[in-house]
Amino acid sequence: MAISSDIIPNNVDLDSNRKLQKALVAWQPRFLEWWNDMGPRGYQQDMVYLRTAVSVESSGWAHYDYVRMPEYRWGIFLTPNDPNRTIGFGDQMGKPAWQQVPGEYRKELRRLIVTQCDTEPASVEQQRLLGDTAPSLYDMRNLFQVNVEEGRHLWAMVHLLHEYFGRDGREEAEDMLMRRSGDVDSPRILEAFNKPIDDWLAFFCFTMFTDRDGKFQLGALAESAFDPLSRATRFMLTEEAHHLFVGDTGIGRVVRRTIELMAQREDRDVTQLGGIPLTLLQKYINEWYSASMDLFGSEDSSNSATYFSAGLKGRFGETNGKTYEDHVALETYRDLKWMEEGRLTNHEIPMRRAMNLELADSYRKDCSSALNRWNKFLEEAGLADRLYLPELSFNRKVGVFSEHDYDVSGNPVAHNDFASGCVEWLPSEADKAYVKSLMVPCLELGKFANWIAPPRKGIQSNPIEFPYVQFHDKQTTEA
Amino acid sequence: MESSFDETTISFETQPSDYRHIRLSVNGATARIELDFHEDGLRPGYQLKLNSYDLGVDIELADAVQRLRFEHPEVGAVLITSALDGVFSSGANIFMLGLSTHAHKVNFCKYTNETRLYIEDASEFSGQRYIAGLNGIASGGGYELPMACEEIYLVDDRRSAVSLPEVPFLGVLPGTGGLTRLVDKRKVRRDLADVFSTLAEGIKGKRAVEWGLVDGIYPTSRFADEVDNRLKEAAQDADSTLKGISLDALNPKLDAETGSLQYRHVSLKVNRQERVATLRLTVPSGMTDLPSSVGDLGADWFALRAFRELDDAILRLRFHYPEVGLVLIETKGDAQDMLSLDAAMDDRKDDWFVRETLLFMKRVMKRIDCTARSFFAIIDEGSCFTGSLFELALAADRIYMLEEEGVQVEWNASNHGAFPMANGLTRLQTRFLADPAHVGKLSTMSGPIDTDSANELGLVTVSADDIDWEDEVRLAIEERVSLSPDSLTGMEANLRFAGPETMETKIFGRLSAWQNWIFQRPNAVGPSGALSLYGQPASPEFDYNRT
Repeated sequence: MAISSDIIPNNVDLDSNRKLQKALVAWQPRFLEWWNDMGPRGYQQDMVYLRTAVSVESSGWAHYDYVRMPEYRWGIFLTPNDPNRTIGFGDQMGKPAWQQVPGEYRKELRRLIVTQCDTEPASVEQQRLLGDTAPSLYDMRNLFQVNVEEGRHLWAMVHLLHEYFGRDGREEAEDMLMRRSGDVDSPRILEAFNKPIDDWLAFFCFTMFTDRDGKFQLGALAESAFDPLSRATRFMLTEEAHHLFVGDTGIGRVVRRTIELMAQREDRDVTQLGGIPLTLLQKYINEWYSASMDLFGSEDSSNSATYFSAGLKGRFGETNGKTYEDHVALETYRDLKWMEEGRLTNHEIPMRRAMNLELADSYRKDCSSALNRWNKFLEEAGLADRLYLPELSFNRKVGVFSEHDYDVSGNPVAHNDFASGCVEWLPSEADKAYVKSLMVPCLELGKFANWIAPPRKGIQSNPIEFPYVQFHDKQTTEA
Repeated sequence: MESSFDETTISFETQPSDYRHIRLSVNGATARIELDFHEDGLRPGYQLKLNSYDLGVDIELADAVQRLRFEHPEVGAVLITSALDGVFSSGANIFMLGLSTHAHKVNFCKYTNETRLYIEDASEFSGQRYIAGLNGIASGGGYELPMACEEIYLVDDRRSAVSLPEVPFLGVLPGTGGLTRLVDKRKVRRDLADVFSTLAEGIKGKRAVEWGLVDGIYPTSRFADEVDNRLKEAAQDADSTLKGISLDALNPKLDAETGSLQYRHVSLKVNRQERVATLRLTVPSGMTDLPSSVGDLGADWFALRAFRELDDAILRLRFHYPEVGLVLIETKGDAQDMLSLDAAMDDRKDDWFVRETLLFMKRVMKRIDCTARSFFAIIDEGSCFTGSLFELALAADRIYMLEEEGVQVEWNASNHGAFPMANGLTRLQTRFLADPAHVGKLSTMSGPIDTDSANELGLVTVSADDIDWEDEVRLAIEERVSLSPDSLTGMEANLRFAGPETMETKIFGRLSAWQNWIFQRPNAVGPSGALSLYGQPASPEFDYNRT
């Protein structure tokens, strides 16, 4: 198959780039095979109202139209080149950004890119069955939008592997299509991406919390001295914003619906009405927030120091001129208390080793503003209930808190107390089964499943009652 | 930064119920050593994360290998695998190396190298074949350990790789035999070995097989079964009728004031002020003939017990007595007792217990060859440098022999093949490299040899009569301990191993020597060295001038 700009929109001069063509001739058909095997199951022939990036100009990166997902035009876009860009932090601050991979940092860059890249197809695989229980056409469309854009992010990262890492890069790119989420023989790299996301509350939590980790990882890579990585991730961030919107508003709509249902019963027991109780929602938040914190890596990390000093990965907003003043970070420390030898002990972490923690802090602030929005709904409804984020140390499997148990408020607790506390803090099998029991498809035009409120508005100024998905084999019922 | 630590708290004795880092299990003809390193190491200041190891871990590993040989002769194959998910072992703990003194680093590397060689020795001579099942990443020392096994299998999960990242990450070498075994044992092509040894992320899957880095790969779902099948196949020649013996603790008496050690047959008398120690082995009188089932003698058997004590004393010398520069080797006892013992052992060398004991004696003597101390053998009244104990004199840098009636040495068949050195030659062959016929002549001789004849035959460095003896020996000692300990270490290591190179001599003579050089260089251990700054916020800065 010929590889050209006709089928792959791009701003990397694909038509005259022999290296990229050579790589993509082999990879592109395999990607389509992978998409057909592992992409959304059962909806590949349906017309979905999707956004496609056709250029990087503001007029071009959000082009809306109906498209069958396998015909989606996955493109390769980098934020336009700034020839004067310099390295913004670390030991080589002020020197020109790299247009090629320096041999010295090949392994670190490869590792960063491969790890980030692997999450993109992984999430598509995790979510492939969700279409069957979509609470509305609007939500189904959003799911598929997220899926195809994760696919495009795979393309963006694979482009870096193809263009800058030679044979190794091509092999890594191929492995992206070989690993499978949850497969015992060939799992995805990060453990969080190996369990299926099989209910919509989990999907909203994923887009709210896990994709938001992605936002901050991409933001940190957008600061990279390796300019192509910086440019690729900056463009990915524009798309990521919609994924976060899906999660943020998705949970917000659950809160609004729950408030409505609470008002219908004196005992406020929304399970009698097929709603999602706030306590159950809180458990989901606790679970997804803490699992997403693990994705940042250890709070005290030698890798993060290496990445920062080499200029490979900065902090979120490192060079925006507002957030940070000291871009060398050799003189400062972060204080953090964790349990050591039975006592909560303060540790001074050299700032460069604490970069994961810094990034997680920015993430927490971002999450808090969503929490505030949801709590506003509760406040406006005159309810005293509030949702919260568990503390950094709660339920951690990675990092300095992983070796002891802490409650949601960050207090160290004995292992037995943690286990019993989990009944209150984390969703049980019964909780998940209950949520799953609510997951029935609602494909009527403009209608929404009982457990979730409609959005405030539709996509791209279209009404909420809009056929966001046109099925080839079933009728969308007119309201 | 290196910091002080009381090395004398290190004990080289342990037993399975005391293991903190590994799990040893025996199931019929097969055994498993599971790596599950406890995070607390020998000393504070580092944590043994991701199955990274320190000396404490290796002491357990060495103990397991030794016990399998003596306590479980029925075992025909041993699997080394990891209890962790996704990680086999990440090698020597880097923060431990950073905290350690130069001497500790050198002795740590030496000990781990010896343990790897013992694994190979067990595979080759004891019918206990080692197989490595890498169920996760194996990097640095975590891959060097599998390289000491006969076969290596790697899980093919698109994540797990084998790697030697010492050069690219730490600015040092994979010094536990890594570079040597890569090209000498696994015979990986030198250019591929060059790529592999600078590729921090290592090599996984099919290419690891193609390059000869592992012997097979299996997907996760089949890995445990396939490796288990391979283990059972490898154990086919095991003899289930063999019954092992139990190795008891040595428990030497330590004189807290002088630091001297008293074992049952061995003593180490330490004179810290003069930096001299006397290592004495005494042959008990009235040893009985070997019973029909030699194993009944158990761990009390003199031949085994005495060399276990010698081994422990040598290890303590290395770690606990860094100031001791010269060791005088003495033996006491009746020559006839040693001759009968050697003859009986030679007669019964097909018995597994005799074979294991002889192999162990060989290893202890090699340990002496590789110890960075000057050794002088002192042969005087009552000495018993006879047969296998004569080998201790031949292992010494110099032999001092008193000219007196009754002072004699005697050799036998054991000096002509039972205890080869690392170079594959006997100590006599190495000593008389210029004249192999002389070794042939010695092998035809029997009976006691007095000082004059020993002198003539080239077996004595210095002899003296009773008038000169004390002064001769005293002056030699005082002169020796006044010399630079570093140059002596280098000199002795060069003079002891004449003759051919083997993988083993290359490991100790080439790999370790370069490693120890690098361990002293600013590019590794200077304030901006790669080893010093590993895990630190700042990046290393190299002096790029080549030597």
